[in-house]
Amino acid sequence: MAHAETHDPNTPLEYRSETGRLNILGFWIFLGAEIALFATLFATYMVLSHRVADGPALGELFEVESLLIQTFLLLTSSFTCGLAVHEMRRHNVKGLITWMAITLGLGLGFLYFEIQEFLHFIHEGANIGTSAAWSGFFVLVGTHGAHVTFGIFWVTMVLIQVAKRGLTPATSAKVFITSLYWHFLDVVWIFIFTAVYLMGMVTHNG
Amino acid sequence: MKWDEFFVTGDPMIYGADVSIVLTMVGILFYLTKYKKWKWLWDEWLTTVDHKKLGIMYIVSAVLMLFRGGVDALLMRTQLAVPEAKFLDSQHYNEIFTTHGTIMIIFMAMPFLIGLINVVVPLQIGARDVAYPYLNAVSFWTFFIGAMLFNISFVIGGSPSAGWTSYMPLASNELSPGPGQNYYLLGLQIAGIGTLLTGINFLVTILKMRAPGMTLFRMPMFTWSSLVTMVIIIFAFPILTVALALMTFDRLFGSHFFTLQGAGMDMLWANLFWLWGHPEVYIVILPAFGMFSEIISTFSRKTLFGYKAMIWSMLLIAGYSFLVWVHHFFTMGSGALVNSVFSITTMAIGIPTGVKIFNWLFTMYRGKIQFTTPMLWSLGFIVNFVIGGVTGVMLAMAAADYQYHNTYFLVSHFHYVLIAGTVFACFAGLIYWYPKMFGYKLNERIGKWVFWVFTIGFNVCFFPQYFLGLDGMPRRVYTYSEESGWGPLNMVSTIGGFMMGIAFLILVYNMYYSFRYAKRETTGDAWDGRTLEWSTPTAMPPFYNFAKIPEVTGLDHFWRQKQAGKVEKLKAEDIKPIHMPSNSGVPFIMASFFFVAGFGMVFEWMWMAIFGIIGVFGTLFYRSFEYDDGYYVSVEEVIETEKISK
Repeated sequence: MAHAETHDPNTPLEYRSETGRLNILGFWIFLGAEIALFATLFATYMVLSHRVADGPALGELFEVESLLIQTFLLLTSSFTCGLAVHEMRRHNVKGLITWMAITLGLGLGFLYFEIQEFLHFIHEGANIGTSAAWSGFFVLVGTHGAHVTFGIFWVTMVLIQVAKRGLTPATSAKVFITSLYWHFLDVVWIFIFTAVYLMGMVTHNG
Repeated sequence: MKWDEFFVTGDPMIYGADVSIVLTMVGILFYLTKYKKWKWLWDEWLTTVDHKKLGIMYIVSAVLMLFRGGVDALLMRTQLAVPEAKFLDSQHYNEIFTTHGTIMIIFMAMPFLIGLINVVVPLQIGARDVAYPYLNAVSFWTFFIGAMLFNISFVIGGSPSAGWTSYMPLASNELSPGPGQNYYLLGLQIAGIGTLLTGINFLVTILKMRAPGMTLFRMPMFTWSSLVTMVIIIFAFPILTVALALMTFDRLFGSHFFTLQGAGMDMLWANLFWLWGHPEVYIVILPAFGMFSEIISTFSRKTLFGYKAMIWSMLLIAGYSFLVWVHHFFTMGSGALVNSVFSITTMAIGIPTGVKIFNWLFTMYRGKIQFTTPMLWSLGFIVNFVIGGVTGVMLAMAAADYQYHNTYFLVSHFHYVLIAGTVFACFAGLIYWYPKMFGYKLNERIGKWVFWVFTIGFNVCFFPQYFLGLDGMPRRVYTYSEESGWGPLNMVSTIGGFMMGIAFLILVYNMYYSFRYAKRETTGDAWDGRTLEWSTPTAMPPFYNFAKIPEVTGLDHFWRQKQAGKVEKLKAEDIKPIHMPSNSGVPFIMASFFFVAGFGMVFEWMWMAIFGIIGVFGTLFYRSFEYDDGYYVSVEEVIETEKISK
């Protein structure tokens, strides 16, 4: 492993160590694999979304209000996450931690409304075993939710390290990578918003 | 659950296996304790992050799995040798062809190739290790644990029996009750994590860790084939991950993805499986192509013919590999138009593959060919693989496929490509790079016996199966009637199968014989090689590979240096401290938690599964807080290791 460090002040901290550069590139490629994973789930969902058996149609139970709140919370969290990385570039540890904490709060809010929504669906008689369509829905949206949950734990761990060690090439690369992850989940949500909820409601309500 | 449901009972062969497993375990524990090897095992192997050692562990595991899968094959051939044999019952036969296929593809072919990639690629690109050495250890241990989880199904709980393709609804709870199919799902899932990580690791390694001067179009062909393979892995394996997870949900949590009830769609499984499964075929053949390219070039003593055409044809194959999956089920009602499209894409793959075959032939043309054992395997590959390829094009014609489908014609076809392609390459590559791994060559005379017995046995075994298939013998039947007339050819086929088994035993004997008697190599260049892995001064490279990172000026850099008489001698003043990663026991512990989680899910003991999953996340978080920047090897130690006289 080469250990060349760059000290050019114009290079962001997270790109200064060889390890940082390699890890960031590797994570981009991992996100490529994640795209393949979600693409498979989306394809599965699309194939199955009309196969409701005796259960309710998907669009029958979707509710605009909860959807908009979730979307608003998650999209805003992506924005605050971007502000956190901006603060990191300015070497402002306090700003970084504050904006990241807000990001986590918004993420938790998103999860709260998502879980409420799932419980509501289950209460209305639609669970993972109701029909192929609902299996596809719960696993696709649930996988995204599980990613958000993991992200909240992960970002928390990284923030503890930043608080303990300050901003170094190592910790800043970790923050940057978690931010890529967080934005990626936002992108996936936009597809869920469109392909699952909007299309579900449009096909049901005409 | 009662104990007699937990352990597989009732079959004397299984009891024999139980006894031999217990005896082997006791033997290993006794050996390790008596010779005080525990610390050595932990320090040198279980915690290593050295790509060469991980590669060797991959290969050792793969050879063990080749033995297991081979025994499965011989059991099947014994049952089929004569009509209406009573050696195996139908259930047992189903289990054996399922484990044979799964083990040979997932736990033999892939780790064998990944093992060779691990050993060779960092050396070929002039790197000291891979991009993520720690992750490399995680890859190996998750593969190993996945393989172990799959293999214990033999004695605990029962083996899967729905075929390696595990089509639904056959693999559903209704038709495959019990833990067997869960072993398949969890074993592959855990091993698949390791494969995906290997894909990312080696892609970044090849893109970013090359020695100065080694541009992409100066890379050795084996490195190129590995690069393309890693890209396929990164896009194909997530599909398998999802497909396995969905079937796991169907079986454990009552979802309806592939079930007959609840409006599920069984064909969705077949599509997802082959969307991964066909690229998988190329994951196990492209590295084989790369190895043959190196070997044929070395032993023809010529630069590879059509270097760029080789690369572009591999890239084309990689692209096509995602566009042909439907040809695995032409007969399952896709309709004429869809079948036609996939028929054409399938035949189109023959074009870049043909380009490669001609490039190998032209590489040999007017070369000074040396008939070493790796070269013999490569020549055997060209002849036999072409037979497999031509029958592949026959199968690609959708209309004709209605005749061949599900018969021994198909079985013979894919054994001709997978054995003559992948397995021949594994043997050729193992023999070729053996001195790099162990410091001595395998005996050439015994090696030639292995080659001839195996290749003749292979043809005796599989060539008759084409005719059995054309006679209508379906695959996956545990017996057949006397009147069918399939008896004689089956007997011939079985004899060939046992010849391959004997060849394997001779190969293992050769490892022992060469370990005892082979002349030790004194230089790093055992075969008068062309690429950087042969440029290390010692036969086995030191753990840091290169004391000084080479500067590359063109293709076959080392060869051209030798021709010009300008091989650089290492000088003491060139040596700087070398940065290396530290060993870690975390990957092994993490994989152990994966085992606990997987085992719990197999038996649907959720407390155990949750405990295992928490353990996995625990090790992830532990690692996140661990700041280990590795260590430096001092100049004195490097001088000492390289034996440079001052």
